[in-house]
Amino acid sequence: MPVEVPKEKWPGSVRTITLGALPSEGGTRKRVVTVGGETAMPFMHFEGEIPNPPVVAIEIKDRKPDDWSPLLLETWKDVIDDPAQWAAAAEAAGADLIVLALSLTNRNGEPTSPDEAVASVKAVLRATGLPLIVFGPGQAEADNALLVAVSEATKGERLALGICEDKNYRTIVATAMANDHLVTARTPMDVNLAKQLNILISDMGLPLDRILMDPTTGALGYGIEYGFSVMERLRLAALQGDKMTQLPMIVTPGFEAWKAKESKVGEGVPASWGDWLNRAINWETLTALTLVESGADIVVLRHPESVKRVKAAIEELMAAKSLVS
Amino acid sequence: MALSGIQIYKLLPQTNCKECGFPTCLAFAMKLAAKQVELSACPYVSEESKALLEESSAPPIRLISLKSDGYEVKAGNEVVMYRHEKTFYNKPGLFVKIKTSSPEADVKTLAQRIQEYRVNYVGIDLEVDGIALEDDTNEGEKMKNAVKAVRSVCKKPLMLFATSAANLEPALTELNGESPLIGCATADSWEKFAELAKQYKASLAVMADNLDTLAELSEKIKGKGVEDIVLVPHGKNLGHELILQTQIRRLALKSNYRPLGYPTLAFCQTHAQMAQAIAKYAGFLVIDTFAEELAYPLLVLRQNIYTDPQKPIQVQPGLYEINNPQPTDPVLVTTNFSITYFSVANEVEGSGLPAYLLVADAEGMSVLTAWAAGKFDAERIAKAVKAVNLDAKVTRKRLVLPGAVAVLSGEVESELPGWEIRVGPREAVDIPKFYKQVLQAN
Ligand code: SF4
Repeated sequence: MPVEVPKEKWPGSVRTITLGALPSEGGTRKRVVTVGGETAMPFMHFEGEIPNPPVVAIEIKDRKPDDWSPLLLETWKDVIDDPAQWAAAAEAAGADLIVLALSLTNRNGEPTSPDEAVASVKAVLRATGLPLIVFGPGQAEADNALLVAVSEATKGERLALGICEDKNYRTIVATAMANDHLVTARTPMDVNLAKQLNILISDMGLPLDRILMDPTTGALGYGIEYGFSVMERLRLAALQGDKMTQLPMIVTPGFEAWKAKESKVGEGVPASWGDWLNRAINWETLTALTLVESGADIVVLRHPESVKRVKAAIEELMAAKSLVS
Repeated sequence: MALSGIQIYKLLPQTNCKECGFPTCLAFAMKLAAKQVELSACPYVSEESKALLEESSAPPIRLISLKSDGYEVKAGNEVVMYRHEKTFYNKPGLFVKIKTSSPEADVKTLAQRIQEYRVNYVGIDLEVDGIALEDDTNEGEKMKNAVKAVRSVCKKPLMLFATSAANLEPALTELNGESPLIGCATADSWEKFAELAKQYKASLAVMADNLDTLAELSEKIKGKGVEDIVLVPHGKNLGHELILQTQIRRLALKSNYRPLGYPTLAFCQTHAQMAQAIAKYAGFLVIDTFAEELAYPLLVLRQNIYTDPQKPIQVQPGLYEINNPQPTDPVLVTTNFSITYFSVANEVEGSGLPAYLLVADAEGMSVLTAWAAGKFDAERIAKAVKAVNLDAKVTRKRLVLPGAVAVLSGEVESELPGWEIRVGPREAVDIPKFYKQVLQAN
């Protein structure tokens, strides 16, 4: 009994964006990563193109983080105070690219200086051939000071610099523009705010194929449904032809899931929560997988086991192409 | 597909006899289209029209309900592809698989754990829905014994799976008065399964690896008088499963394609299959193993995805007293988004430390979202303080702001003269530490 499946034909598509530059392109990366290009909803290979698989980034810090779950400190303990070694370990754990999140203060508790930030970034670039995303500490002044220095010292690498937000994006965008980098633009789980920030950034002259949008998500149990639906709506808008939503999406389920109590705390919690380590990894994995289903192009994770699971899932989601076309 | 008032009118007697209580058949037809009256109010409608009208008013995805003594799990009746378009209604039933080859003692232990498992999430008790027994020894007696073992400790609804329908019959005689699900019927075995489903009033799971076969099977089974059907699209990999699930939902909703207008079931081994099944359209999930650290996040994910996007889950704004606070104890401020509220309240409660929790009306948004949207600012916080007459309740006027809105502290100070404004941690989980190290220190 042949079934006629209705197919969605979308007028729009997501932009294709490449992170990292090879030596021939003015950078030093051994590999570049290309995301985006979709002409259908996630993994709907039977009615459009999903040319590039979503990718998995591992988040590392420039020094041992103060507020990470003890489980993560244990996982990375051999490399946690050396960003270069940490980057290499992340690559070995299967990362497609690295996110280096700079700390507000250095090991001695003093504000991280631009020189220190540059040194960390360069060390990471030497230690891995993967493309790199650099996040500032998340305070406007520090972000601007550190990211400008990093951007200038790595001209041509096609790093992605972040995080641009509506209250602080100009300096980061300007330096990315001048030094051939990309930016990530974050807005708090709202379709219109996302569009607005993308407009502001592109109005400064940065081409749209150098902007990754981060619609923000909540972790499982902490608002993931908002992130999930905003991503679905952004992707639908992109496919319907709304230019300012046609950017690949990056989200940080690792950051969100690992700050949840379920991942951070092992004692004094209900017995119905079960084993701590497995629960924490499940929390991260399920958050990330759900967002991959709603259109994430880059998911930033923290635990190697989650990376393994999410990568295996993406492989199967992409492999379905040969079964339906 | 729903018919318009005019289409319905054409199926009515058109005599305007008024017995339905309406002046004309057309008026009655309009009310029917708006689902404000029952067709039975017209005594003269022909059998033929009746059948057509009932068929057209049936939901595009049939509602299936599995029942046991005191429990019911429903799937189907969904109306959208994306939850933001309206909402997803029936949370997919979560069933744990137990093989009939397992020793009876193990079956009992696991069944009991499943019966008793309960986890609290934002004030709601979440539970696993039932057990799926799988005949992996090809012996009907084993299935029957497993059912008895389960029923001695667990009352939740059951699914019974076997390759041969005959192996299920002895077990089904044990489940009088229940509505279990049996399966999986395939192209080779469907007839026997259909007979059994009909005889025991069970729902029937139908499995195939492509939609053509699945549709053909469901039609044949319906032809045998079984309508409570659950589809099991058995994809070759995760991506194939996603496509089949999406196509089934789309055919049912967009094409009103009846042969696939049933809820689906997904057998899940990996985390990816589980997340996908919850996010993308499964009506039931069967997972291979039970562990608290897996059941908890799955139940939460299901709860989240099936939250009505039109109704953010809120708590009542106001003053909450935790651990019996005295007038010298601190006041912590947060928003009325329920997840935010429960994160904060649970931390304070768990720490045993006394505090007032002042919940400001931020229209059900979390701290950061509300702040960005202008729904959680100094003015609103000051208003919340005044609304509950806090000045009269505490003698030491200490107000702790969430760390995420540290920038507000200056403005709040000027709005609330005489109050000491403190900036707390960004995350609720750090509140007990902050309380002990900062608030108790001075
Ligand atoms: S009772 Fe039936 S036939 Fe009579 S007016 Fe109403 S709809 Fe028409």
